[in-house]
Amino acid sequence: MDVLSDLFLDYTLRTVALGSAALGVVSGALGAFAVLRRQALLGDAMSHAALPGVALAFLITGSRAPLILMIGAAVTGWLAAVAIVSIVRASRIKADTAMALMLSVCFGAGLVVLTFIQRQPAAGKAGLDRFLFGQAAAMLESDVITMAAVGALGLLGVLVLWKEFKLLSFDPDFAASLGIPTRRLDVLLTSLLVIAIVVGLKTVGVVLMSAMVVAPGAAARQWTDRLGTMVTLSALFGAGAGVLGALLSTTAETSTGPTIVLVATGMVAVSLLFAPARGLVWARLRAWRSQRMLALEAVLADLAALAAQHGSDATHPHDVGALHAVRGRVVMQRALAELAAEGLAQRHDGGGWSLTAQGLAEASRLARTRRASGDAP
Amino acid sequence: MTSAQIDVLLVAIVVAAACAVPGTFLVLRRMAMMSDAISHTVLLGIVLAFFVVADLSSPILIVGAALVGLLTVLLVETVSRTGLVREDTAIGLVFPALFSIAVILISSLAGNVHLDSDAVLLGEIAFAPFNRFTPFGGDLGPIALWVMGAILVINLACTALFFKELKLATFDPALAAALGFSPALVHYGLMALVSVTAVGAFDAVGSILVVALMVGPPAAAYLLTDRLPRMLGLSIVIGAASAVGGYWLARLLDANIAGSMATVVGIAFLLVLLLAPQRGLVATARRRRRQRWSFARQMLLIHLATHEGTPAEADESRPDHMQRHMRWPPTFANRVVQTATERGLIVLEHDQLRLTPQGRETARVAVVS
Repeated sequence: MDVLSDLFLDYTLRTVALGSAALGVVSGALGAFAVLRRQALLGDAMSHAALPGVALAFLITGSRAPLILMIGAAVTGWLAAVAIVSIVRASRIKADTAMALMLSVCFGAGLVVLTFIQRQPAAGKAGLDRFLFGQAAAMLESDVITMAAVGALGLLGVLVLWKEFKLLSFDPDFAASLGIPTRRLDVLLTSLLVIAIVVGLKTVGVVLMSAMVVAPGAAARQWTDRLGTMVTLSALFGAGAGVLGALLSTTAETSTGPTIVLVATGMVAVSLLFAPARGLVWARLRAWRSQRMLALEAVLADLAALAAQHGSDATHPHDVGALHAVRGRVVMQRALAELAAEGLAQRHDGGGWSLTAQGLAEASRLARTRRASGDAP
Repeated sequence: MTSAQIDVLLVAIVVAAACAVPGTFLVLRRMAMMSDAISHTVLLGIVLAFFVVADLSSPILIVGAALVGLLTVLLVETVSRTGLVREDTAIGLVFPALFSIAVILISSLAGNVHLDSDAVLLGEIAFAPFNRFTPFGGDLGPIALWVMGAILVINLACTALFFKELKLATFDPALAAALGFSPALVHYGLMALVSVTAVGAFDAVGSILVVALMVGPPAAAYLLTDRLPRMLGLSIVIGAASAVGGYWLARLLDANIAGSMATVVGIAFLLVLLLAPQRGLVATARRRRRQRWSFARQMLLIHLATHEGTPAEADESRPDHMQRHMRWPPTFANRVVQTATERGLIVLEHDQLRLTPQGRETARVAVVS
């Protein structure tokens, strides 16, 4: 409760929470497209490539204003993306190699520039190393305002070109056939991804920012098949992970970036397991249920076949020992108990089993539908 | 050069060579991004192993790191096999999560141990000479040199021993499976090598440079050759050269050594991308240009040959007719006529282009083929 009351009273905490929420909304909403367009790893490459941009922007302007650093980050991140696409298009180098190469080379170049900065007497420790893992506690109101403004620009872009981006994400060939300039839109949407990355650099850091782009989208994907819902959910998940992670890291005094990433990963894990239609738990449960139904129907059919051999007396008790051997004792006993509970089978004195009249009707109904669907023996 | 500088250079060369070997297969198998993932997550292995043995110089740390490297691969495959997310998303989810756990664990240890996440990411090869290997009181050089030397030998030995299997599983996994080699076993074996190399190297050069050294030199070598043994050799040479070049660049600029090595890897790749004899961008552009001119000349010859001896010949063979007929711009048409004349394929007689015997033969061959 202390944290909650502090949230409204404490300046630092409020700034941190607002900033993380803004970051989460932007990276979540824009990241949803990256997940759909298989650009998860491109985001990783771009966020590493942002480091030299941040360092160069500081070196050139001498300013630590968030907007200037963000612009620097966006420029190099964007150039890296262009370089990756160009290398893949112009040579036999594959996308994964191009991404890993740009990522590490840009990061290395960023380190070189950082050493220049650290040597400047005036700059001293410019705090730029915070960009590696991020530090929410260092967030200022001006940071939050800049993040919100830049992020709003990105979200506006998505809203304005919603229909086009939707087509581009799901069926680029169809989009092209409609005369939509897919190549330009592709560049534009990738540029928006840069925005998603730079808004989080100071809070989450270059190393882990890619996770904030991927995780909310991957989680949201599990809950819906509609793009609008997915992007909204993704933004909400992102905001939730941002606020929760930032508050946790402030109270537990852990690094902010990793904490936010772990919260977001937790959301993905829950979504993968428990999302209503796609969740693994439900899928396993459905599989188990249909397996049991099949076993039940098989035993029903077996008993019906036994009854058919007795012609006149359909409810003559049968020894089910032979069926145990075929179906397995455990399966048989469970199936028989369930059939009895549903009133489809009955146990006679002396241990024999037979179908009830209702069971016989059900068995012949099943046999008819099976014949109709063509998989009768 | 001082002996410390020589030590640093030796360590850098050995690290580069050790990274190039498994890196070659990563690049060929389109799994370069796994080097990024593994080089981050091995940190978790180091931290966890440290909790067990409480000793930063224990070799158990390398074992722990290699195991977590394999765990990374396993987790990525498990997540992507659910079919709920794609493989790239799975990589993008798994390695930041494991790395985050490692960073948080480390920060909870802060103060007690010399192990911080910045150092692991960035590495500091300049300190390598100060950690000496001194069994029985004798000084046998930096520990990093021995560790990476051993890893290089392991990498080379495994590659040599399983060369056939690696080659087959890389280029034709279906055939490899059909012949009874397990592609999965080869896959995990390779990933184990990547993990061991990553953990050994990042003490010296940091995890990001590990990625650069694993991916950059093989990518450059891939543009230079089509033969696997040659690609392995070239990767090692390019990697070692970049490491040495990076070291001198760092001394020149007084900058971070690992960072400038990665930068030089990038420059080396760029140079190869531009200048590779067959596949370089310059060579490709020149080939395209040459083909364009040679195609235009052929068109001219075929045109002349078609109308040779027909009533329309006088009209069709005028030099200015080419501009209209072929829709060539005037300067282009003049250039084509000029180069064809220079090669002795046509001659200009009374404002008419005439085929020489050689030109006639060239046109005939062009039409037949």
